[in-house]
Amino acid sequence: MEGQNMSKVVLLACGSFNPITNMHLRMFELARDHLEDTGRYSVIKGIISPVSDGYKKKGLIEACHRVEMARLATENSQWITVDSWECLQPEWVETLKVIRHHYEEQMAAEQNEDDVDTVRYAKKRRYLEGTTHLKIRECPQLMMLCGADVLESFVIPNLWKQDDIAEILGRYGLVCITRSGSDPYKFIHQSDLLWKYRKNIHVVPEWVTNEISATHVRQALRRGQSVRYLLPDDVVQYIQEHQLYNSDTEQKNADVILAPLQRYTGASSS
Amino acid sequence: ESVKFWLWSEISSIYFSTMDILLACGSFNPITNQHMRLFELARDHMHRTGQYQVVSGIMSPVSDNYGKQGLVLAKHRTAMAKLALQSSNWVTVDEWESQQPDWTETAVTMRYHHEQILKRYEQSKPTFTSSDKNIASLSGENRTITDVPPQLKLLCGADFLDTFKIPGMWRDDHVEEVVGRFGLICVSRGALQPERAVHESDALTRHSGSIHLVREWVRNETSATEVRRALRRGMSVKYLIPDSVIEYIHQHNLYTEDSERRNADAVLRPLAKQARPEF
Repeated sequence: MEGQNMSKVVLLACGSFNPITNMHLRMFELARDHLEDTGRYSVIKGIISPVSDGYKKKGLIEACHRVEMARLATENSQWITVDSWECLQPEWVETLKVIRHHYEEQMAAEQNEDDVDTVRYAKKRRYLEGTTHLKIRECPQLMMLCGADVLESFVIPNLWKQDDIAEILGRYGLVCITRSGSDPYKFIHQSDLLWKYRKNIHVVPEWVTNEISATHVRQALRRGQSVRYLLPDDVVQYIQEHQLYNSDTEQKNADVILAPLQRYTGASSS
Repeated sequence: ESVKFWLWSEISSIYFSTMDILLACGSFNPITNQHMRLFELARDHMHRTGQYQVVSGIMSPVSDNYGKQGLVLAKHRTAMAKLALQSSNWVTVDEWESQQPDWTETAVTMRYHHEQILKRYEQSKPTFTSSDKNIASLSGENRTITDVPPQLKLLCGADFLDTFKIPGMWRDDHVEEVVGRFGLICVSRGALQPERAVHESDALTRHSGSIHLVREWVRNETSATEVRRALRRGMSVKYLIPDSVIEYIHQHNLYTEDSERRNADAVLRPLAKQARPEF
């Protein structure tokens, strides 16, 4: 019975994770609860993909540190993982390309599992085929996980390519965690593009207001204030050991234009 | 040499400021990361003033007779708080209040802890004073710190201030004692306005000098009520409370629909205990 009509889902979160906070981790938990509660999805994996240094965001520290902190933070999770493919790219990679990459990875992994299945679970598969003869082993659906701020950023000129948004929403799907004070439904209503794909946008209400932003965490660290219980203990320790966030690191990329803006502004003006 | 310097800087920082011990009373049903954040925020705030040195924190879970709906046994609440604070090097759990046969007024709990602090201070005074004198003479200072034991302050969230408004919840002399004699540190979160609560109470306004208001700019409204609700419904509470506490809750099957019905029709103990006949 289990999984007959349920789609398997992999959640992918792209972002700076500078540094990763408990709120980032909560987003995964909230998204999984929400999707599984519909009875239509089974969330099998979460992937955190820190952006590469080429993104040029102000105060963005080296990817190696951001990946390591995310790895430490997810050590106690049984389903959330960190992937460094995106941040190892020499230049900033469009989110759509990151999603495509992980979708292909997932397909390849599923293929391997299928091969294993034919040997080890032949019996079970025969049974399944007998009951649902139309069932084809599907590749898990890959959905992009984000906060309401990302959904709202879709309409900022030159930050996203409209074709990319259409493919992300149309082919993959989006899980959006709302925060108090933002109304994603109104936002979707006001954008023709978002409206067109509204059925692939899963809005997840956040039942506890939890606005731990990485910006606030960096600010507290610069001022020598405690960030305990906002981030996992291991991450706090890593930050202290490597003295990661100070007023110098905050000045990184201070006068540099964000990579997507650079790329798309150049393209649209030509 | 470096040890001597360290000792000097440690003692001088204590020397020039008042030592504070923070006490948080509450249900802790269960303890959440937010409870522990209160301590961190309060300590940062007090240190920023330059006048206080927070030396330790005490978490005191209320006893089972408090009569609050959904309150699980004190032994569990204490065990969870201990697990959560295992990694803290300055906040500890104290079981005295939770072990009292009846609910204890906050003022009485504070008196108890104040006495304990004085006792420990008296015991440690001789050695402490002599070492300080040595260092004080090194720097040419003649003052000694002998007569300043640590102060006890009550640490609370902004919602706690609102309880002062509830008729019958607090005895007037207890408000005077808690705020006037000891002092209060209140961490406000979200939309709650602690200044208003102070303004609306004459006693709190009278002692507003000993009330420290700490603003939390991050809206982090993890309440134990929400955590229990999520647990009853089988939703994830990971990253809201420590992993060790989640494990304990599952092991003992603590928060269920049944446990939430506990004390459902009971009158809150302070209201019953302090009720005066109306004429």
